[in-house]
Amino acid sequence: METIFIPSGNCCVNLKGYTLIMPVVSVGNVGQLTVDLIISTLTLPRVGYIHSDCLLPVVGNNPYATTSENSAEICICSEVYASTDRKLAVLQIRSPIIQGKHRLFRQQLLSWIKESEFSKVVTLSSSYAYQRVDQQLIGTPLRYLATPALQTIVGDKFHTLKWKELERVAAFPGINEVEQEISIPGGGITKSFYSDRVIKTPWHRHNGRSRVLGDYCLAVASHQLSSNSADLTVR
Amino acid sequence: MATFFGEVLPVFSRAVEEEEEDEDEEIRRELEGRREITIQWCTGSRASTESSLDLSFTCSTFLIAVGQNAVGFLNSFVQCSGSWEIIGAVTLWNERVKGTDTVNRQFPTDSSCLLYRLTSNPMVFGNIQKRNLEVIILSSCSVTEYKSPSSISNITVPFLRALKTSAFQETPHCPLLEQPNVISGLSAAVLSYCQVRQIPAVLYHCYSDVTTLDSLTIEAFRPLLACKSLVSFVKDTSRSAEILKQLVDMSKIQSNLYT
Repeated sequence: METIFIPSGNCCVNLKGYTLIMPVVSVGNVGQLTVDLIISTLTLPRVGYIHSDCLLPVVGNNPYATTSENSAEICICSEVYASTDRKLAVLQIRSPIIQGKHRLFRQQLLSWIKESEFSKVVTLSSSYAYQRVDQQLIGTPLRYLATPALQTIVGDKFHTLKWKELERVAAFPGINEVEQEISIPGGGITKSFYSDRVIKTPWHRHNGRSRVLGDYCLAVASHQLSSNSADLTVR
Repeated sequence: MATFFGEVLPVFSRAVEEEEEDEDEEIRRELEGRREITIQWCTGSRASTESSLDLSFTCSTFLIAVGQNAVGFLNSFVQCSGSWEIIGAVTLWNERVKGTDTVNRQFPTDSSCLLYRLTSNPMVFGNIQKRNLEVIILSSCSVTEYKSPSSISNITVPFLRALKTSAFQETPHCPLLEQPNVISGLSAAVLSYCQVRQIPAVLYHCYSDVTTLDSLTIEAFRPLLACKSLVSFVKDTSRSAEILKQLVDMSKIQSNLYT
């Protein structure tokens, strides 16, 4: 598969070992708004574009402009920003995925993530507030979902941070409460993207040590209908 | 959502549905397989599909007009000067195109475009080399899509706004498009491509209160005639008023049932 990443300058971009933060187009555009805040707060420079035919094309002038000079740079539908000091890469997706191209886009993204050799991927998403289960009605609207590979590395950091894991719900409510599944209504490709990673994450045995290729964590925030997007804080 | 008059309007929210079921997947894949884009060259009646790009032409300026008014401007003000020949046509078919008549080539239709070349300076369009190339895109849309902190009544409509790639060095002949306005569609796709491939390109977008072919909207593109690339071959615009009138009259007669 041809890579969807094109560097914006003339030199190659090496993102090996970086942590990638990316949004999923989901209800209330929470992930995308959060990514906008991250990019503008940390004033991350753009390092490349994601040039895929799976996204609706959109162009506009620089949304993170601070001066009249940088106001005139155009931005396209999907771009990558990075900070070498923080070893942080941030992907922004500004337009929806074309209908029928969800699977291809996930494949393209996964392919790029593997090639770039990121150490961790954090996906930001959101879900309908009106479809919460009872436990989700109380406390913070933030939930996380981590792949098994990441759980082993992160250990009990989630417990220290007092984050709650995304609750599983009954696959067939009312009929069978035993079979449980992950449910992220309004979350776009979040669930399938997570499933792709969990199934495809290989473990490698190398010289007697195990090495994990790619570790993923999902931060899922449920969309509060009355919330002000300015309340989003960057952790 | 029900309004005061009782009719039900669709509500657009920023909600996102999960992916469609797999049973629709097969139908969609079949339809996708039938979509095609065909490029036909008039010289030697050569027909080629998008994938067989065995031709590569040099071109200095590639003008793309999207929509009736932009095309009207090119017809009246750019093609009125010098002699232009049709060297090819691009047609496409997808689920939204009405009719499958590919034999009877009556251009232009909604799903086709013509490729013209200036006979006196034959820099051919289409399958073009990316070196020494400049792209100018013209498009228009309704002023209702324009977002501005100040009231729209303070701005004279129609008006032009520009977006340019980083490689484009010339100063555009109208103000740049202010944040948070965005452009989508074909113009956005072309401009994105040029930005990513570092091709100098500029998009001139006209916001108008008339969505059909309209002489005022077409005239709004006039500042473009001062572009460095256009100045060299658009020498004589004396016939432009006549051509413009013909274009507008043609569209008027067709649309009015009662005269």
